[in-house]
Amino acid sequence: MKLLTYKILLFLKLIGREFKAQKLRMSLTVLAITWGTISITLLMAFSVGLEKQMNKANAGLGDGIVIVWGGQTTMPYQGLPQGRRIRFRSESGIIELIRSRVSGIEMIAGEFLRWGQAIEYKGQQINKLVCGTYPEYEKMRAHYAKPGGRFINRNDIELKRRVVYLGTNVADEVFGERVNPVGEIVNINGMPFTVIGVMIDKMQDSNYHGPDEDYVVIPASTFLLMYGDPFFDNLVYKVRDGINSKSVEKDLFRTLGAKYRFDPADESALWIWDTIEGAEMFKKVFLGITIFMWFIGGMTLFIAGIGVANIMYVAVRERTREIGAKMALGARGGQIIFQFMTEAMAISLAGGFLGIMISLAVTAIFRMLPMDGDLELLSNPTVNWPVALITVGTLSAIGFISGFFPARKAASINPVEALRYE
Amino acid sequence: MRNGNLVSLKGISKIYNTGKVKVTALDEINLDFGRGEFIAIIGPSGSGKSTLMNIIGCLDTPSGGAYLLDGHSVAEMGIHQLAGIRNKKIGFIFQNFNLLPYATAYENVELPMIFAGLPGNHRKEKIMSNLAMVGLSDRADHKPTELSGGEMQRVAIARALANDPEVILADEPTGNLDSRSGDEIIRVFENLNEQGRSIITITHDMSIAKRCHRIIKIRDGIIESDTRNGNGVN
Repeated sequence: MKLLTYKILLFLKLIGREFKAQKLRMSLTVLAITWGTISITLLMAFSVGLEKQMNKANAGLGDGIVIVWGGQTTMPYQGLPQGRRIRFRSESGIIELIRSRVSGIEMIAGEFLRWGQAIEYKGQQINKLVCGTYPEYEKMRAHYAKPGGRFINRNDIELKRRVVYLGTNVADEVFGERVNPVGEIVNINGMPFTVIGVMIDKMQDSNYHGPDEDYVVIPASTFLLMYGDPFFDNLVYKVRDGINSKSVEKDLFRTLGAKYRFDPADESALWIWDTIEGAEMFKKVFLGITIFMWFIGGMTLFIAGIGVANIMYVAVRERTREIGAKMALGARGGQIIFQFMTEAMAISLAGGFLGIMISLAVTAIFRMLPMDGDLELLSNPTVNWPVALITVGTLSAIGFISGFFPARKAASINPVEALRYE
Repeated sequence: MRNGNLVSLKGISKIYNTGKVKVTALDEINLDFGRGEFIAIIGPSGSGKSTLMNIIGCLDTPSGGAYLLDGHSVAEMGIHQLAGIRNKKIGFIFQNFNLLPYATAYENVELPMIFAGLPGNHRKEKIMSNLAMVGLSDRADHKPTELSGGEMQRVAIARALANDPEVILADEPTGNLDSRSGDEIIRVFENLNEQGRSIITITHDMSIAKRCHRIIKIRDGIIESDTRNGNGVN
């Protein structure tokens, strides 16, 4: 055992020497493996990061929600003409009706909107969209407040409180960045409102009335009191998990068709934006992207593999004379192959280690870089360990195999032939 | 067995079959070498002397005939046993040295001992005494590129002696050296022979051949002459 250890140590020492002697070739081999590992690991890291970010951005609008606007009928129904506008009167019990009749809906809220409202604080005034809505809106539309603040709640609705929840952008514009405005009073349309919360920073890739960071949200009841307009601009609902959003849509047409007396088959009576459909589509597109990435990764691995194989093969071939000399000194085939394989392993491990380390460093740097807007999708690359390890493993195996066969061949021929090799 | 011939060749032939043409490099050679001999093999290029040397050194296998080395039939040995023979019974010296370029003189001498599985603590003394024998004690840590041709060949001799072989085989050991370095090598051989070592060397140089005790002349794969020098021990 002691002898074996000594032998291995000595071989490693010789390999170290060889590393120095054949710096260029060894470094090229290490570089090939490092480069292959980095390419594939980073490719997949950005792919994973992209998917994460896109999912996050996708969820910025809300996860699995549907938005409904009242439309205009295009079919005569029960003696009523076509061309009637469908509008949701807030106090007609429409929300309660939908809740009780459409079982596939988990949550629903109406939304009042009014554009260009004066928001005033200490003499400064800006104009923003004001939204009046209900507590359910918070979860559905991912309107989460930063610590220390909150969204509209039940009591706000019941007591018609003059409280306001601000989008990130609005808060920054009115109060400046890094200021916590909770508890401050702002005037909306001349009426004082207490700030109860500011939205967290979130990514949002789609919207229907402008990004949420530009929202000013007040209780629906307060909105009604202030503006007196009884019609919801739109409804937002969330479909229960596992329920098909299309069937919920049908139920909704039937329920509202009965209420507003339009033909449930009249598709123009309600305008529906099904974000779930979009999400499904997105999943398919991303599956395509992922397959493409894997394909590119596979090709890269293949090319790196050829590079490693080539270097290893040439390396062993050009040392055939050395193998001959060692055999003339009494080395056995096994000892020679062992040396080459130890060498291949050292090179592979060094290359793989470097490759993974550099990949980790690059992804860490990307995560630290401040990247907003369009680049935000690239800001969260994540090293996929199985991919990294499989890459290193494959390249090492290729290096091994392409070194093993010429080494075994050189070790099995007559030493005199190996010595004669030029 | 120890009293028999060290090397005994009976009807050894080597035929290279290169597709259409058969080349007979050795044609039924019969030769015996005793212990302690200092032999020169001479002959023109292509005469078959290197082939003969390679067969004696177990680097190549004959096409026919019987080869007894120290009483053991080489033809019946497997590759592992042959590796063992090359390692322990034969010390080979090449015209172009064949030292590992990235290893020091010390490590080059150590190599056959590693192949033999000799424990580390037994090596150092032997390596240093071998290097001292060829006058290179102060060059132990030098790499081949830092040594002259004559020094490299002396490292190769120290390496050939690493496992105390029965015979030293040298294939034109002075072929790549200037005459002064070549003379040093031959003097090392003479010293070794005086200590009782068997040495067989191929040479082109008649002045070297004359310093050996027995000259075997080969031409076209057959032994043309086998003479003993008058000033030899035998």
